[in-house]
Amino acid sequence: MRRRILIAKVGLDGHDRGAKVVARALKNAGFEVIYTGIRQSPEQVVETAIQEDVDLIGLSCLSGAHIPLFSRVMELLKEQNVDIPVFGGGTIPPSDVSALKSMGIREVFGPGSSLKDIVAKVKEMVAK
Amino acid sequence: MDKDEIIKAREKWEAEKLKKFLEKRPERGSFRLDFGDEIYRLYTPEHLRDWNYLEKLGFPGDYPYTRGVYPTMYRGKLWTMRQYAGFATAEETNKRYKYLLERGQTGLSVAFDLPTQIGYDSDDPMALGEVGKVGVAIDTIEDMRILFNGIPLDKISTSMTINSTAAILLSMYQIIGEEQGVDSTLLRGTIQNDILKEYIARGTYIFPPQPSMRLVADAIIYCAEHIPKWNPISISGYHIREAGSTSVQEIAFTIGDGIEYVKWITKRGVDVDKFAPRLSFFFAAHNNFFEEIAKLRAARRLWAKIMKERFGAKNPRSWMLRFHTQTGGSTLTAQQPLNNIIRVTIQALAAVLGGTQSLHTNSYDEALALPTEKSVEIALRTQQIIAYESGIVDTIDPLGGSYYVEWLTDRIEEEAIKYLDKIDAMGGMTRAIESGYIQKEIADSAYKIQMKIENGERVVVGVNKFVDENEKLNIELMKVDEAVAQRQIKRLKHIRKMRDARKVEESLDALKRVAEKEEGNENNMVPYIYRCVKNYATLGEIVAALKEIFGEYRAPTVI
Repeated sequence: MRRRILIAKVGLDGHDRGAKVVARALKNAGFEVIYTGIRQSPEQVVETAIQEDVDLIGLSCLSGAHIPLFSRVMELLKEQNVDIPVFGGGTIPPSDVSALKSMGIREVFGPGSSLKDIVAKVKEMVAK
Repeated sequence: MDKDEIIKAREKWEAEKLKKFLEKRPERGSFRLDFGDEIYRLYTPEHLRDWNYLEKLGFPGDYPYTRGVYPTMYRGKLWTMRQYAGFATAEETNKRYKYLLERGQTGLSVAFDLPTQIGYDSDDPMALGEVGKVGVAIDTIEDMRILFNGIPLDKISTSMTINSTAAILLSMYQIIGEEQGVDSTLLRGTIQNDILKEYIARGTYIFPPQPSMRLVADAIIYCAEHIPKWNPISISGYHIREAGSTSVQEIAFTIGDGIEYVKWITKRGVDVDKFAPRLSFFFAAHNNFFEEIAKLRAARRLWAKIMKERFGAKNPRSWMLRFHTQTGGSTLTAQQPLNNIIRVTIQALAAVLGGTQSLHTNSYDEALALPTEKSVEIALRTQQIIAYESGIVDTIDPLGGSYYVEWLTDRIEEEAIKYLDKIDAMGGMTRAIESGYIQKEIADSAYKIQMKIENGERVVVGVNKFVDENEKLNIELMKVDEAVAQRQIKRLKHIRKMRDARKVEESLDALKRVAEKEEGNENNMVPYIYRCVKNYATLGEIVAALKEIFGEYRAPTVI
């Protein structure tokens, strides 16, 4: 069965070049990819993830609001008792990576990440 | 010299010198521009066949403005050095403006946070985490008063990157001017007010295209009557480029947007020469140096022709494409961040050689965060060194006549015209955007460019070549702390308590009543928005009132 991945733009920023490029690369790597479009609240993202029964969630944020927004997504997933692995990307300074990982985000892809790397790590994450 | 003689000489050079040389030392590969063209080994007069100086270039300040929009360009006045800045609350941003002005910046450029751009008050649940992050938070006129405290609006020009909520921020600025005793006719500056590229690339739209276009037109017409020195729109290619387009797509889609605005406003019965002289533009400067210079020259020539020939504008000022430039944010790297200073320098040189009217130079830390005082100072100094030390400003359009640059200018113009013809055939830019065509073209280019970086065809120093495996980030980054939102919300709540609630209600009702009426010069919404602002209605309340009438737009997702 093809694995399904939700690529979600959480928060208000409209910078979705990265999200789209990653979505396309994952599609080309054989995944089924659902892209939410921009400006999704954490509530909407979690709802879509559950409805679409995805195997993995990728969050993108380039406004600097990644800590409050990603942590709200993690909180909601916990409240709903769903165990879907989450990874994140965007303009995220290295100093924030440990905070994101400690809230349960599996992988963080900052600026300059290669698609090859992202696809490889995504394969690992869905295999687990 | 006769063209035939040159061809003969070139063939001789190829046979006798080049061939042998290539056998011994082959070239490193082939060379190509992102929009598809091959770059030849050498450019000569052969590449400018039937090239007519007066037709293609003319003189600076003269149609078609290829060499620049003013007769003396930087010999008379340097471009405006205008760093895009804003973060946290109005107090912090006001301090940053004064810091920049003290260091020789010559214009202001306001970055607003996303809730302000999308029409949410700072205490709206949708604003979670975003207050003061990418720009300054503005909820009411009181914030604007603090933002410009101690900055005389008759002495400085201010550009505001604001689109869906542009009329609200413009009204605030006008009122602050009045409070300072500055008449609206003296205010100078720009609102971005370019909604079409928000649907294409930037994403801060609120309402569907039709009422959004009405708001854009209302602001343009209002400014023509009340704030005549204001640029009521900055038709922007920057965000299209940053979203991944090629240089050709950048100018084609931007000029396509420009055409759509001119069509819309003239349809309202306004004479083209009444508003076109104040249309302004905004482009990116990326890394490919000559391509960027040629792009800016081509855009100028193309716009002049369109305004004169297609729209029949008579006032030469309507033909002039005046623009702001920003260096390419997406070209910056998080790896080895100090390298970005060099990238920005190259890009800024291209902007100046392309004849920009104002310039923002990015700071070296912007792949990771908003700039610090230290990084933004270097960015500003970069402009000052170019302006005062490099000598490239001493003569006008010094690259004019370069075989390569002129060939490239022609080619970019030709390719952009192909896109414009296609968009016309689709029924114009609004249709092309609604169908997703423009977004798809950009997404395709973005993916292709990323593939070139992945396979090493495009080198990004420090990222896919000359990588420092043990690199540790050793620069200080700016952080907007989460307590900012609390402070901002406190002020907002205070204003809501202090104001005359009845007046707020009345002015919002009046706005809704005019919004319900048909689009037209007699139903211009800006004066009604002005009254709401003056009565301390919040930005979120004004937008909510308009949403009741216009609804909200849901964009198609195009991967």
